[in-house]
This record gives sequence, C-alpha cells and structure tokens, in this order.
Amino acid sequence: MGGYGLYVWGAYGVTFLLIGVEIALLVNRSRKCSETKT
Amino acid sequence: MTAQSVKWFWYASPQTFYPVAGVIARWCGAAAAVLCAAGLYIGLFVAPTDAQQGEAYRIIFIHVPAAWMSMFIYVVMAFWAAIGLAFNTRLSHMMASALAPTGALFTFIALWTGSFWGKPTWGTWWVWDARLTSELILLFLYFGFMALQAAIDDRRRAERAGALLAIVGVVNVPIIYYSVQWWNTLHQGASVSLTRAPSMAATMLTGMLVMALAFWMYSIAVTLLRVRCLILENR
Repeated sequence: MGGYGLYVWGAYGVTFLLIGVEIALLVNRSRKCSETKT
Repeated sequence: MTAQSVKWFWYASPQTFYPVAGVIARWCGAAAAVLCAAGLYIGLFVAPTDAQQGEAYRIIFIHVPAAWMSMFIYVVMAFWAAIGLAFNTRLSHMMASALAPTGALFTFIALWTGSFWGKPTWGTWWVWDARLTSELILLFLYFGFMALQAAIDDRRRAERAGALLAIVGVVNVPIIYYSVQWWNTLHQGASVSLTRAPSMAATMLTGMLVMALAFWMYSIAVTLLRVRCLILENR
C-alpha cells in the first residue's frame, strides 16, 4: 500500500469488524426472538 | 397497476410485513455480499493509484459510501418517524427504530475512515471544521434517538419522543452536505455531483458506486431483520 498500509487496513479492518459485530448481534437477537416466540 | 392492486396498506400491518421482510432481507443480504466483493475487487485491485494521494486514497471506497449512507439513513429514519407520528402506525416507528443502529454504525465508520484518511493527507486525525463537526453531531443524534427511546418505559411515548427528535435533527443533514460550500473547511468539496461530471477516474467512481450499492443493500437487509425482531418482541 505504498507506505499507507496502517491507514488503509486500519480503515478497512475496523469497518468490516464493526459490520461483522452488527451481523453477529442481529443473528443472535433473531435467534433469541424466534426461540422465545415459538 | 392501480394503488389498490399493490395493497400498500395491507403491508402496513406488522404481521403481514413480517414474512415479506424476511424474503427481502435475504435477497438484499445476498446482493450486498456480491456487490461488496465486486466493489472491493475494483477498489483494491483494478482502480489505479491516485497521482496526489498515492494508495491512501483507497479509503474513499468505504469512507464516501459510509458517509452517504449515514445521511441517507437519517433522512429515511426521520421520514418513517414522521409517518408514524402522523398516522400512528406501529410499523413506521419500528422502521425508524430499526434504522438508527445501522445509521449510527455508518456514521462512526465515516468518521473513523475519514480520520484514517486525514492523517496521511492532511497531517491530522481530526480537525473541528464544519463537515467533521456536523457529522459528529449526526452520530450524537443517532445515539440520542436510541437513548431517548430506551429511557422511556411506555412504548408509545418513547416512539413519539424519538420521532420528534428524529424530525428536528434532520435539519443537520443539509448542513453536513453543504458545509463544504457554506464554510471554509479543510475537508474537500464533493467529488461526485448530479449536476456536473465527476472529478475522478471512471474505475474509481465505479468502485465507489458499487460499494455504495453494497452498503445500501446491507442496510436494507439488517434493518428488515431488526424490524422482524421488533415485531416479535412487541407482539
């Protein structure tokens, strides 16, 4: 990345980490809702 | 096709919207994954190195779409909040509530990636200029909306209070968008506009638009999944 690796991967890494966390939390919440209501 | 045949009001019921939301969420989730892969490929492997900013500019492939989404989601959230307030429809309030966390996420991503772009290009992680400050206020508006709804026990009152905050806060969106024109900011002006040709290479623009579409599909998918949870939780 031409010496900018820390900045580029720091930006991309945190972005996809946070998106992954949101998906994991949402899947967990959906599972709990479905189990409780069925 | 008449309005009657589409049955818009039929889908305003949470019970009838629930299965439809599941189907749309699945398709949008799949589309988001494919578009994201394509956008990352274009952004990281196809798009040429920028003559001025070098490889650091590749942050724009997530920064700009995230910033667009942060504003767009807030406008959609305020729209549903206003519909809920005007017609007292539960599903509208649920839509507004479901949009807020994803809007906050994209606002944070826009600020974070902007900071990681600012350091190598401007020499600083943060500056209190109009664009950055108004975007930070947007993040606080999302947090305020969620905190206000969580703080009030009575669901109807919580929804109405949140809706008012969302509607009042929407005034911040044009401030963010036009801040680079109204004030002298360190943040650069818009590179993409509907009224003039883009000031970047075609592959750069393509990568950015594909990523924007991916974030759009992702937002629809997670919002609809969250609405399904809210429908079950409020049943």
